[in-house]
Amino acid sequence: MMQNELPAAAVAADDAAPPVAPHIVFEGLRKHYQGARGRVTALDDVSFAIGRGEIFGIIGRSGAGKSTLLRSINMLERPDGGAVRIDGTDVGRLDENALVRLRRRIGMIFQHFNLLSAKTVAENVALPLRVAGVKPAEARRRVQALLELVGLGGKADVYPAKLSGGQKQRVGIARALVHDPEILLCDEATSALDPETTQSILALLRDINRKLGLTVVLITHDMAVIREVCHRVLVLDAGRVAEEGEVWRVFGNPQAEATRALLRPLRHDVPADLAAALRPEPRGAGEAAVLRLRFTGQGQPGGVSLPALAALGPGARLLHGGLDRLRGHAQGSLLVSVPAGALREEAARAALLADHVEVLGYVDA
Amino acid sequence: MSMLDRYLQAFGQTLAMVSLSAALAIVAGLALAVVLTVTTPGNLYPRPRLNKALSVTVNTFRAIPFIILLVAMLPFTRFLVGTTLGTWAAVVPLTANLIPFFARIAQVSLSEVDHGLVEAARAMGCRRWHIVRHVLLPEALPGIIGGMTVSVIAMINASAMAGAVGAGGLGDLAIRYGYERYETRVMFEVIVILIALVTLVQFTGEWLARRADHRR
Repeated sequence: MMQNELPAAAVAADDAAPPVAPHIVFEGLRKHYQGARGRVTALDDVSFAIGRGEIFGIIGRSGAGKSTLLRSINMLERPDGGAVRIDGTDVGRLDENALVRLRRRIGMIFQHFNLLSAKTVAENVALPLRVAGVKPAEARRRVQALLELVGLGGKADVYPAKLSGGQKQRVGIARALVHDPEILLCDEATSALDPETTQSILALLRDINRKLGLTVVLITHDMAVIREVCHRVLVLDAGRVAEEGEVWRVFGNPQAEATRALLRPLRHDVPADLAAALRPEPRGAGEAAVLRLRFTGQGQPGGVSLPALAALGPGARLLHGGLDRLRGHAQGSLLVSVPAGALREEAARAALLADHVEVLGYVDA
Repeated sequence: MSMLDRYLQAFGQTLAMVSLSAALAIVAGLALAVVLTVTTPGNLYPRPRLNKALSVTVNTFRAIPFIILLVAMLPFTRFLVGTTLGTWAAVVPLTANLIPFFARIAQVSLSEVDHGLVEAARAMGCRRWHIVRHVLLPEALPGIIGGMTVSVIAMINASAMAGAVGAGGLGDLAIRYGYERYETRVMFEVIVILIALVTLVQFTGEWLARRADHRR
């Protein structure tokens, strides 16, 4: 097997993430539960920061602690150790009154929407204002404006049971935004929705983030959601930070095993028929070698060069693969077959093109 | 007094006893149910010892048969209403009998409210009494109305025994005329009236519960 790693090419100027002021800072967060089979560690010394105005994704398998981590931001769950600071304030030290005020600056949406069945759409959205003592006329005006924003202007007097899942989540979003919060927490907000609705809700979240400039923290177990909307991502594995960084870097070149496992469903892996035909060693002449060209998004500013791909030679065939454009970085992998006899030269050419080149094996030409 | 007057008087007494005790018991029982729910460990105001004490008290009252409660409460009834006889005196044991019964039914509905709703309310900046007022009670309302229906019907039943303290009412009429004087017809007629009354209460309760239920 041959592995060829190119040094990271010069990164274009727009790649550098703008330095953002930290909005939410986690310092050595710890949380344990008393489970049926003894002490369960939900969070183990978790430290990181979320910048103001970014969409920050937290991903992990179920039980990785992401729900606990998200709920520590508005103290729905209290950590056993460490601190969460919002604009420098340790939210764990706030008394009940201060905590209620803080929660009115933090919107939250949920996987199962959590709308009150006994209240209409407008009453659901108005509830946060009502309990905060906002005058009914003012509340009505804001509720209507928010329902328009989420595209449900005509559903004010309908009960949630009559709405589709996507519409319910839109009501949830309107309710979460009714206090003009600076932070929006999303707890698996699209996990109960079908793919199409998921796309529309994610588009709405992206839109809200841009228009209102609020910081969005979302947790999910679906890497596609992260790819769709997030600027940065943190991978949580068994209560620890496995990996953290800009989404295109983490996707293009995952470092942790937990990240690779979560990315597997999105990868263009070797198709089963090809995998079955692959032989580890060459047998003789007339064979083709199968190469995997990986693009991390690092070495191809502006995209993958087609002439460079064409330079692979007359016997080369594109077998399988795909590229995704993530925040301006083309990344993915391509499977290419080349005549086994010309492997050395072809692999060298491929190495000029891709970030990683790997010989997967040999097949009959 | 004509027989018709007797019926009307008995019907009025039953109505008075049942409606007053039901109103008192529903208010008190609902309050008790809320306290029982929110003081359980892990709920809004966890007070495990208060919760346990209340629970044991409720069970005690639930265990005592109504006819015994009726007699056992006589001193308390005299203290409260100044007499141990008559329609108003019967209200005291009837209410005392119904409070724990209704409280348990309402408690089930309250504790079945989805925890996610409570969490959402906390996240939006609700104080704890806001959660009781805007989440627990409205969401549990269809079940609570169902519980009221069951309770009022149980009370119509129990009010027949209140004749033992001279409270009158339909049950008393049926026993005195229908059973003791062998006027079987009176007994049947009273039963028919009771069936109509119970049916009316049941249907009204179901209609109200349907109107309050927006879950479908």
